[in-house]
Amino acid sequence: MLKARSACLVAALWLGGALLPGVAHADAFSGLSSARPDETAATVSALAGSGAPQAGAVLQALGERHLFTTPDGGLYIRHGEACIDARTGQPVAVVPDGLKPIRLNNRIRTALAGAQAEMGLIAPQADIRLKAADALYGRHDPAMLLALDHALSVEKDRTVRTRLMQARAATILAQPPGQGAQDARLEAVRSLAAAGGLEARGILAGVARSDAEALPVRHAAQAAVSSIDWHLRAWGVLQNAFYGLSYGSVLLLAATGLAITFGVMGVINMAHGEMMMIGAYVTWMVQQGIRATIPALEPVAILVAIPVAFAVCGALGVLIERGLIRFLYGRPLETLLATWGLSLILQQAVRSIFGPTNIAVQTPAWLSGSVAVGGMDITLNRLAILVFAGLVLGGLMLVLRRTPLGLQMRAVTQNRRMAALMGIRTPRVDALAFGLGAGLAGLAGVAVSQIDNVSPNLGQSYIIDSFMVVVFGGVGNLWGTLAAAMALGMGGKVLEPTIGAVSAKIAILVLVILYIQRHPRGMFPVRGRGVES
Amino acid sequence: MNPFSTHGTRSFRGVIWMAAAVVVAAGGLAMASLLPEGNPLHASAFVVSLAGKYLAYAMLALSVDLVWGFAGILTLGHAAFFALGGYAMGMYLMREIGARGVYGNASLPDFMIFLSWKSLPWYWWGSDHFAWAAFLVLAVPGVLAGVFGWLAFRSRVSGVYLSIITQALTYALMLAFFQNGLGFGGNNGLTDFKDILGADLHAPMTRAVLLVVTGVLLAASLLAARFVVGSRFGNLLVAVRDAENRTRFLGYRPDQVKLLVWVFSAMIAGLGGALYVTQVGIINPGEFAPANSIESVIWVAVGGRGTLCGAVLGAILVNLGKTLFTAWLPEFWLYGLGLLFICTTLFLPQGIMGLWRHVRKPAPEEVTPEVSDTQGDET
Amino acid sequence: MPVNLPPLSRRAFGRLALASSAAAVGGMWRAGPARAAAPTGEPIKVGILHSLSGTMAISETTLKDVMLMLIAEQNRRGGVLGRPLEPVVVDPASNWPLFAEKARQLLSVDRAAAVFGCWTSVSRKSVLPVFEELNGILFYPVQYEGQECSRNIFYTGAAPNQQAIPAVDYLLSEDGGGARRFALIGTDYVYPRTTNQILVNYLKAKGIAESDIMVNYTPFGQSDWQTIVSQIKAFGSAGRKTAVVSTINGDANVPFYKELGNQGISATDIPVMAFSVGEEELAGMDTAPLVGQLAAWNYFESIDTPANTAFIRQWHDFTRNPKRTTNDPMEAHYIGFNMWVQAVTKAGTTDHDRVIDAMIGIRQPNLTGGVAEMLPDHHLTKPVYIGEIQEDGQFSVVWKTPGLVPGQAWSPWVPETKDLIGDWSKPISCGNYNKATKTCLGHKHA
Repeated sequence: MLKARSACLVAALWLGGALLPGVAHADAFSGLSSARPDETAATVSALAGSGAPQAGAVLQALGERHLFTTPDGGLYIRHGEACIDARTGQPVAVVPDGLKPIRLNNRIRTALAGAQAEMGLIAPQADIRLKAADALYGRHDPAMLLALDHALSVEKDRTVRTRLMQARAATILAQPPGQGAQDARLEAVRSLAAAGGLEARGILAGVARSDAEALPVRHAAQAAVSSIDWHLRAWGVLQNAFYGLSYGSVLLLAATGLAITFGVMGVINMAHGEMMMIGAYVTWMVQQGIRATIPALEPVAILVAIPVAFAVCGALGVLIERGLIRFLYGRPLETLLATWGLSLILQQAVRSIFGPTNIAVQTPAWLSGSVAVGGMDITLNRLAILVFAGLVLGGLMLVLRRTPLGLQMRAVTQNRRMAALMGIRTPRVDALAFGLGAGLAGLAGVAVSQIDNVSPNLGQSYIIDSFMVVVFGGVGNLWGTLAAAMALGMGGKVLEPTIGAVSAKIAILVLVILYIQRHPRGMFPVRGRGVES
Repeated sequence: MNPFSTHGTRSFRGVIWMAAAVVVAAGGLAMASLLPEGNPLHASAFVVSLAGKYLAYAMLALSVDLVWGFAGILTLGHAAFFALGGYAMGMYLMREIGARGVYGNASLPDFMIFLSWKSLPWYWWGSDHFAWAAFLVLAVPGVLAGVFGWLAFRSRVSGVYLSIITQALTYALMLAFFQNGLGFGGNNGLTDFKDILGADLHAPMTRAVLLVVTGVLLAASLLAARFVVGSRFGNLLVAVRDAENRTRFLGYRPDQVKLLVWVFSAMIAGLGGALYVTQVGIINPGEFAPANSIESVIWVAVGGRGTLCGAVLGAILVNLGKTLFTAWLPEFWLYGLGLLFICTTLFLPQGIMGLWRHVRKPAPEEVTPEVSDTQGDET
Repeated sequence: MPVNLPPLSRRAFGRLALASSAAAVGGMWRAGPARAAAPTGEPIKVGILHSLSGTMAISETTLKDVMLMLIAEQNRRGGVLGRPLEPVVVDPASNWPLFAEKARQLLSVDRAAAVFGCWTSVSRKSVLPVFEELNGILFYPVQYEGQECSRNIFYTGAAPNQQAIPAVDYLLSEDGGGARRFALIGTDYVYPRTTNQILVNYLKAKGIAESDIMVNYTPFGQSDWQTIVSQIKAFGSAGRKTAVVSTINGDANVPFYKELGNQGISATDIPVMAFSVGEEELAGMDTAPLVGQLAAWNYFESIDTPANTAFIRQWHDFTRNPKRTTNDPMEAHYIGFNMWVQAVTKAGTTDHDRVIDAMIGIRQPNLTGGVAEMLPDHHLTKPVYIGEIQEDGQFSVVWKTPGLVPGQAWSPWVPETKDLIGDWSKPISCGNYNKATKTCLGHKHA
């Protein structure tokens, strides 16, 4: 709907600009400044079909909250200091006194969207017409039938035509059953059955239930509902799989850093969640910084934040390792206590500096919204996180397998003393490995800032899940982490629709506990000496 | 090499003194609370309820020390047993309210009426009898620990794996108890208790008696724990902690040894929880929070792992500090708490008890830090 | 300085506890130097029981700040009864048993004349027995589920009939879109459970079929809303206008709204009416996809009255941050605090019993042009506003109740409580009085 509306705005803009001003239609506008929202909404609906030349521009201004009224009923469109008379489209030299914006509420917004869709039907661009048809399909408002018929009579584009036919079918069925011929309704049912989707199912189910409807129409609608249901179920499975993957990818991102600090180094890093939290705050700071300095780059601020968050958290990680963790090697369980203390301090520090409330990390436009793939919606931010998680894991694999640091890290993990004897500076490797883990947590923080709220408590909500993933997958095995994250994500999402979110989470925890009892080293145990301690 | 290698009955002589001190302190405080308000030695209800809470926490810490300090099982979920014991007692206290709830219903607790339940669910049957509640306080944590431990120790889950699944256990229980449908009051838990065994919970006398009971039970648990770890079984326990495989090869069954101490410890925790609820007046799913379990481990670390006395000392000191600092420096106390944990692990690896021993008898040579290499046989 | 020291202070422990709460805190938070008629005499202690750490710090810290501001302002005006007020701040750390402990400390160690605090229902339930035992006074500033009426608590937030029911009335009306299907989405705790129970009964009475009501509960801090939002979408495609009534707990709202926006559900398709989203929560959100979503409160920062403008300016000066928002619970504390000051002045003492009796009937102008009156059931009269979220993170008021709505402690829409009322004025003096049987169910004050 949002997209449809903005497209209509473009259409309206075109209309407003193309038609000549000056013809008097003053009455058509006067209801806009009414104090009663129902009157304003009625005026908006009437404007679309009124043919008033300024209608498009006025409606657009109303939607963007640039339409103002004076106490004597004058209407003005104001952008900053520029002010034009809405009725005539002529600029006015002096901004009148007492301008008050015309308030919107959802009733007016709904009327506005309908009016703009109606006007969009006669736009020259096919894509605008298509979106208008989409909008009218969703609204299936019987009052629009005439406009749809008119649009169909002149429409040439095939895609738009099909959509218009469906919109018309939906609109016909939205009329009370008594009106119109039975054949037309049957035809409409067939058309909607072909269209498919939730909207169509909703309308058809209403028809099938209605006692006033003729029996053949009801039967046809019932058959159509069953067929759509089958499709919806099939797509629902895929949709749910996507939800599972996307939830799994969040778990994966949160757990990769821990897979290094905990899985490879054996440090029970309870401050891991706080590293994520700091990554999210860094994202916010980068966004604020870029907005203040180079506003043009704002949409890509999130991309800039990725390396910055990695660097900041990585550096912090090195600092923590040098200042704290290195004194605790060989006492893995005590790292738990120390890092728990650290996490308390970091949380409170962030609370003191940035305040205890949530901060607003912006989601750039290119990460908002969704794309429809068949019968499922792929939300872009989730998709981006899925891809990002894949890239991070791939990058990490490369680092571990193809770089000297990775080689040294593996060597130190497997046999510290031997590695040291071979000339590896183990303290340096420890610091870098911990930094890497912390940096990865920072990356997870950047991703999480796009879907969750950013507050000092952010880390707490991920720490347990992260540990579960690493342990379930098998400590020290990245493939195991991947498999575990996806298994937990999928499992949760498969269970959630039937037993609810809470029970799904409990069930998953219990299953993991039972699994660990059967397979004490997780799904992909690392074999060999020295993995125990 | 192990930093806790000095053990045996001899080093636990302090436990008897500790138990005696706990009883005397609790008794003294209880007496002081019964003095008239003007008396210079009068102890307020605030202090009494605080002391009761600390002692209940000390029981939780003691139970953690039993499994962590002597069996080497780092539990991150012991607060679950504590909370279960608390809920078992809470159910009884809830039923004692009777018709004095806001809806005036004698048979159903308020929160069930709010959920429109018409009758008690089966697991609440008998909860109006104190004896049954007392049985549940020990039985529920014991059975849960038994099942969980039997599964875990039999398949040789150990180390961090065990720690994480204990954490998962308490987390799952927390989520479950948060659900209103479970029949334990959801997020609000059980609260607004009136009586215990017919005695008004808010009366100074009841409070004093409860404090003494808590002190005595803590002392008894201390002595029982000392008996366990000081016996031959205790030696076996330490053997399992230090070299599980070697013990197994000698023909012992480490899983059974661990299971026994694990269940025993869970029951002490449950008892602590029950005493906690009577004195704090509320039990809710927040008690299952993993953070609580971690904190209880920290009390033990601060006091000194594997010493029994240290657990009690650590629990009392850390909680006393928390009480003071949340009032004294409300905005900054978390820094202090965090620093305390870091400093304890860095500078006091054996906790306060270690420091005490060090003062009394300087330790011989520093132990080598790389314990892991010498423990390589545990694979 | 402290005269009411319990004798235990001779012990080291007591000394520490007192030093901490009384001296140190008092000194740290002592309000600025009094200007006008400098109040003299022994300070009156006012307890502030809001979490400054843990999960609830996000909401409660602001309320601590607003209390400090109000107390400082009162001291500038000469204090109360010619004595200065002294705030005592403690941190219950979002830990419910700790709330009870801190409440006991404020009442028995610090001898607070009144306590302002709590946010969640469980924290209130946790301290309630303490306040009743020690006969303290608690001002509770948050909208809540009702079904409680303690003599020692003054509920300055909204009861369900002052928020939920008017909000649903609006959704049912033409202006609100004429919704005929309702998805009641909430976090699984007592406030959403009770509110939804009331709303389901109310909606049924309004002719909405059971099949047109969907109820769903999620755990605290839910962050993955994909499945639920798609369920709402499916529920909303049945051809009739659908609305969501959200009792989702503050923190989980951000990911919920993000998911709504991303799955393309706008306010004109399926409006969401929230009861726990205020200006403070919006300050942490990217509001662009939320424009047009609704919230019901008794106060909005955007309401243009002289009292509100002055309050906001005072708040900005006090916090030295011109961007800090104000919200409904802050107004509740403003009303509650000023009522307490009036009641103490009227009673001429801070004695709890006499102040409690003096509170009933006190009238205090609220910040939006009306007058709040303390009713015998310890709830307030309040206006109800419906606001739409704007791009700037503020609400624009689209609807308000014609007059003030008196708060009801017990909901008439719940079968078990339809006959109950609370009335702490004489002669009834009972928190749960059954109108039908004319009996008090136990919460009677002698």
